[in-house]
Amino acid sequence: MARRFDAGYYFSEGFHSIFTHGFMSFAAVCMIVACLLIMGSFSLVAVNLNDMLGDLEDENQLAVYIDDSYTEEQARALEEELKAVPNVTNMTFVTRAEALDTYQQSHNNVELFEDLPDDVFRDRYYVHIADIAQMAQTKANLEQVEGVGDVVAAVEIAEGFVLVRNIATGVALVLVGILLVISLFIIANTIKLATFYRREEIAIMKLCGATDGFIQWPFVVEGLILGLTGALVAFFVQWGLYQLVGKVIIQGNGLSLVTMIGYTTLIPTILPVFCGVGALIGVGGSLLAIRKFLQV
Amino acid sequence: MIRLIDVYKEYDNGTKALKGVNMRIDDGEFVFLVGPSGSGKSTVIKLITAEIAPTEGRLMVNGYNLNNISPRQVPYMRRTLGIVFQDFRLIQKKTVYENLSFAMRAIGASSRELRRRIPYVLQLVGLEQKADRYPGQLSGGEQQRVAIARALVNNPSMIIADEPTGNLDPQRSLEIMMLLERINELGTTMLVVTHEKNLVNRFDKRVVAIENGRIISDKTGGYYNGEKI
Repeated sequence: MARRFDAGYYFSEGFHSIFTHGFMSFAAVCMIVACLLIMGSFSLVAVNLNDMLGDLEDENQLAVYIDDSYTEEQARALEEELKAVPNVTNMTFVTRAEALDTYQQSHNNVELFEDLPDDVFRDRYYVHIADIAQMAQTKANLEQVEGVGDVVAAVEIAEGFVLVRNIATGVALVLVGILLVISLFIIANTIKLATFYRREEIAIMKLCGATDGFIQWPFVVEGLILGLTGALVAFFVQWGLYQLVGKVIIQGNGLSLVTMIGYTTLIPTILPVFCGVGALIGVGGSLLAIRKFLQV
Repeated sequence: MIRLIDVYKEYDNGTKALKGVNMRIDDGEFVFLVGPSGSGKSTVIKLITAEIAPTEGRLMVNGYNLNNISPRQVPYMRRTLGIVFQDFRLIQKKTVYENLSFAMRAIGASSRELRRRIPYVLQLVGLEQKADRYPGQLSGGEQQRVAIARALVNNPSMIIADEPTGNLDPQRSLEIMMLLERINELGTTMLVVTHEKNLVNRFDKRVVAIENGRIISDKTGGYYNGEKI
């Protein structure tokens, strides 16, 4: 009788085992759902925060003012040199005349500004950068370019954004880590209970010459099913919660200060992540529970 | 074939269970291992089934050297043995047929092999009519027959029966022993651990007597020969 991987047998054994201690399985699924929901909710807040920060980052640009003594042509000629500065993605050139125009439009009711000469303003570039964490360094590099009179950048605001994002990501990671460990132990306990229920059968299997692999597969399947069930339930509950929170935010958010990413656009990420994490804690918990006991 | 060469076993609590045991059981033999409780009989069984390792001495079981067997090999060594216990150790929530298929599944047998082998073994132990019964619906003697069938179902080269008649009345005990004798005649080596001298004396077999961790007698026929061996 050859060694075979009898998937049908493992699945059937693992599946039935779930119902022999139904309450514990139910409790394990509930705990996985709770853990995934907390993890998912926190991650969704972080993702949305990141998205909003991303929008703000896009608006966060540096103004590079060209030296007064440069003509418009000379100022335009600096574009290549400025583009060569690391971290710079793109830029728009604005002439003095355009700058004056914009200024007057934004103060169109104030007569005082109406006959300002355009040489009050300087030619300038509005520069976008790739990584706002390096804004200060980029600002310094831009200032080094000959012909640049002044660079104005909200470095403090940029650093503030980076700090908020880093803290949010850090807290999310720590929380997710803790919850993963908790879930892992809950699954491990469920599987330990399953092995306790079946200790007689396991002893007989061992004496008949069953390999450790053969004995542990049904428990791995059981953990996997519990993990995936928890993941699916959590996925749908998360969906409902997200829609609910979205509705509340839209109602109380006349100014549209807060924007939310649609859940459906997040499904291709959320579903695999939930299933992956569910499967991981399910299988991990099973292996944790039976590893020690198989060394008999 | 089983060989124990100068085997010592001392448990962690300091109990010296075996003190230099030498024993050889050849293929096809029928051997009674007798002795009072605490004499070391169970330790011999546990050593042979690789549940424990000897403190000293050499141990060979059906071609496996248990002194340096790897944990991965242990299941394959155990497949050469069939084990029968005093308390039957049947799974109560499985039928007779399921108890046997469970043992065959455990070593990766296919459904086809199950269908071919189980009816044959059940017929051998005289339980072909009771395949769908649960252990709780059977008498003690019948339950032990199921246990023997389970030990036999994977076609081991040797059966080890640890006090197989301990829970049975004299008539059932005799029937079980006759069944084991018949299985032995079909080619399976048999090692029967018991302390029932009346039963042992009815069969003219090799008897190994162990007492206080040492083999004190090894001869054919009879447990007690007039006086204590």
